[in-house]
Order: sequence, then structure tokens, then C-alpha cells
Amino acid sequence: MNANQQPLLKIDDLRKSFGQANILKGIDMAVNKGEAVAIIGPSGSGKTTLLRCVNFLETYEEGSIRIDGQEVGYRDGGNRQRRGETDLARMRAETGMVFQSFNLFPHLTAAENVMLGLTKVRRKPKQEAREIAEHWLKRVGLDHRIDNLPSELSGGQQQRVGIARAVAMEPKILLLDEITSALDPELVNEVLDVVRQLAEEGMTMLMVTHEIAFARDASHRIVFMDDGKVAAEGPPKELMAQAGSNQRLDAFLSRFRTSHLH
Amino acid sequence: MGYHLNFNLIWRHFDKLWQGLVLSLELAVVSILIGAAIGLLLAVWYVSAGKVVRAAISAYVEFIRNVPLILLVYIVFYGIPTVVDFAYSPTASFIGTLSLYSGAYLVEVFRSGLEAVPRGQLDAGKAIGLTPWQRLLYVRLPTMTRITLPALSNTFISLFKDTSVASVIAVPELTYGAQWINFNTFRIVEVYIVTTIMYLVTGYGILFGLRQVERRFKVER
Ligand SMILES: Nc1ncnc2c1ncn2[C@@H]1O[C@H](COP(=O)(O)OP(=O)(O)O)[C@@H](O)[C@H]1O
Ligand SMILES: [Mg+2]
Repeated sequence: MNANQQPLLKIDDLRKSFGQANILKGIDMAVNKGEAVAIIGPSGSGKTTLLRCVNFLETYEEGSIRIDGQEVGYRDGGNRQRRGETDLARMRAETGMVFQSFNLFPHLTAAENVMLGLTKVRRKPKQEAREIAEHWLKRVGLDHRIDNLPSELSGGQQQRVGIARAVAMEPKILLLDEITSALDPELVNEVLDVVRQLAEEGMTMLMVTHEIAFARDASHRIVFMDDGKVAAEGPPKELMAQAGSNQRLDAFLSRFRTSHLH
Repeated sequence: MGYHLNFNLIWRHFDKLWQGLVLSLELAVVSILIGAAIGLLLAVWYVSAGKVVRAAISAYVEFIRNVPLILLVYIVFYGIPTVVDFAYSPTASFIGTLSLYSGAYLVEVFRSGLEAVPRGQLDAGKAIGLTPWQRLLYVRLPTMTRITLPALSNTFISLFKDTSVASVIAVPELTYGAQWINFNTFRIVEVYIVTTIMYLVTGYGILFGLRQVERRFKVER
């Protein structure tokens, strides 16, 4: 996290609305290469929408999102011209995404889920793609589930396939959207352990999470979003310390103090 | 009642029924293949197109669904060649009609199948960098196929029965064969008993086979 290096992801004054409803109200954020940034905040504050904009699964009206200096979704030059579909696909391949609801392809096995992007987008030969898929599925602890269909896997296993599918593409940045919130409590840790390891290995990550303890331990920085804005941010310890002076943050965190934090 | 069942004359002309059955099956198979191509093409076009195209496709579907098949057969066989100077065999004309007919039903089947593919799957396809065509090919169509397989089977069974309408323009399929035997032997009861059984047995055979296919697709992938 060299101070004079340009951030990998840079978001400036991002605004987004659905019809009349303003959801993102001017977000500024930067993520450096190798940094793991956690986003916390109450439900409905726009966390998912923000991640979806970064991958251009949602369009945005104002502001800019840049990855490695390239504008996401729109042609460089600032005239809000949407990129062509091929160009969009190429850029999306540079950002990996793991979804709350897994979203595996149900007709493909674990290995085939991982291989699809490798063969069709990265144009790797089948044999090589298979090796990469096996490598990553082993990394997430699924050695024995490589040729199983999603329907034959537990939620935790499905989500680990989801992670393998995303990281196998070697994205510049990995976006994770509350990836454990659909899981039974006893399956949460097997997934978080994988993410923690990726963070330690220097994978650049932007992760929305409601696991405050995990955010505190596994991220370099925490961003607290509230009502479509960044309401506080800083390294985990500093952020937690701000709770005294930030009423919204204090209210949000207090919910976890009793239950999750020990 | 002085009527005595006598199947001897039916068996003597059984090849008419047998060849008719084979032709009926061929008509149904060819028509559903062409119809599926029409249906799939229009369904994919529909879900990605603007208002005008959607209205045009809906008009086609509504027209076909609200006009009796027998009338469509007459229109295509007698009507079109009269207006434009053009001639085709009854069989070719009927295949064209039945293809357009099944196509209209299959547009609806495929369209709802395409729309039933969960958005999350499409998002996942986008997120790994698939282009729209690749998402259609590798994400939407496989899931759609699984969803629509039962409806496809049902459509095929209906089409097989609908081939009997071809008898009105003298296509020598099963019902036409039955009529021919009836006219030539006057064994009306016997010939329709045999013909009905042939439709039933074949229909159930197809149904059974297709259900096996469906089951395989469901469980394995
Ligand atoms: N596609 C959509 N259309 C309309 N409103 C939406 C859509 N997606 C999200 N929203 C609204 O945007 C707000 C923020 O949603 P979201 O980004 O999912 O918040 P979070 O992830 O922080 O819970 C919510 O009020 C939600 O109802
Ligand atoms: Mg959310």
C-alpha cells in the first residue's frame, strides 16, 4: 500500500438512483492493490448496489468508477457513452464477483462452473482449464466434490465453488457481497477461512459483510455506509474507535456488540 | 343388431395404416423440428427486442392460436397457391402449416422458459465476462431446455395427433389410410377401432420415451 501508487479501484462522487429513489448519494472510495476493504452498514444503505455498479451489473448516472484508470461501463472521455457489449464483457472479466445467493450454473458441475469462464472468456484449452479448476477447487477444500452438481453440494460448498469460479479468472479485484448471509451458522467459517486466506495472499478485495468480527480481523480497512453515503472509514481499530463520536456507527455496531463480538 | 365384427379386410389393407402411421410420425417430427427452430428464434428475438418486434411476434402467435388448424391447412394449401402463382405437394404444404402452427405454440413455451432463468445466473454469467451470445448459449438455453422439456413433450404428442388433419388435403397419413380402407371395404367400425388403437399405443409410447428423456435431464444434469 504504497502511498504514491494509484489506487486499483477509484470511485468518485458516485450517484445512482432507481426511478425516484436516490440510492447512492455521492460515494468516494479507493482500494489499493493488495488491499482488503470491508463494507459494513445497515440493510438498505446501498452496499449491494455499490458492488453491482463496480461490475456494471447496474448502470450509474453520475460520478465515475475507475479500475486501473479505465472507466467502468462507459467509454473513456467522459461523454457517458456506454461501452459495447464485448468491451463490457472484457472489463467484467477483470473483476470477480461472489454473490450472496451463490448463483452457480445449476446444469454444470463444480469443475465446469469454474471452467466456463476459463474456456469461453480466457480461451484456455479444456485440459488446462480443467487443471486450473481442480487447483482452485482444492484450494477451497473441495477435492472430493469436483465433479458434483451444485444441487449435490451444501450451501457452504456451493459458495466455495462460487469463490473458486471468481478467483480462477485471476481478476484484478474480487467483489464479495455478504457471501455468508445465506448460510447456516455452522457453514460460515469454512467460507470465511477461504476469504481470509485470499486476503493474506494479497488478493485485492472489496467485501460487503455483516460479520463484524471478520471484517475487523481480515480487512485492512473498513468502510461504514449509511443511507447511500460513506459515513465513516478507517483501519478496523480506528473505525471502531470512531463509534464514540459517530452516533449512526455506534447504533449500528451496538447491535453486534452483544451478539457477535466477544 | 346384425353387425358382425370382421377384421379380415382390415388386415388385408393393413399396410395402408402402417405406412400412414409412419408418415404421421414423420410429419410430426419434421414439423416440431422446424417449429422448434421458429419458436426458439422468435422467443430469443422477443426477449431482447423492442415494442414493434414484440407486437409482431405476438400477432403471429395470437393469429395461429385463434384460427382452427384445419382452416390454416386450407389457407396454406388452397389459398396461397391461388393468390401467388405457386404450387406444392399436399405433404410439403402440410409440413409448412404444422411447422408454423407448432412454432406459434413453442414461441410461448420458449419465451416463458427464457424468462424463468433466474436473474442471478445471468448476473453470474456477466460477472465472469461472458458476452450476451455466450450467456444465451451457455447459461440461458441449458436452463431453459430443462424448464421447457415437459411442455415440449406435450406439444409433440399434440402435434402427432394433429397430423390427422392432413387427411383433408389427401396426405396419406394414418387417418387418410383409415378413410381409404373405410371407403373401399365399408368396415367402418373395425377400421376406426384399429386406427384408434394405433394412435393410442403410439402416443403412449412417445410419452413414455420422452418422460425417460426428461428424467435423465433432470437428475443427471
Ligand atoms: N433493482 C432495483 N430497483 C429498485 N430499487 C432497488 C433495486 N435494487 C436495490 N434497490 C433499492 O436500493 C436500496 C439499497 O439496496 P441495496 O444496495 O441492496 O442495499 P444493501 O445491500 O445495503 O442492503 C434499497 O432500498 C433497495 O430497495
Ligand atoms: Mg445487500
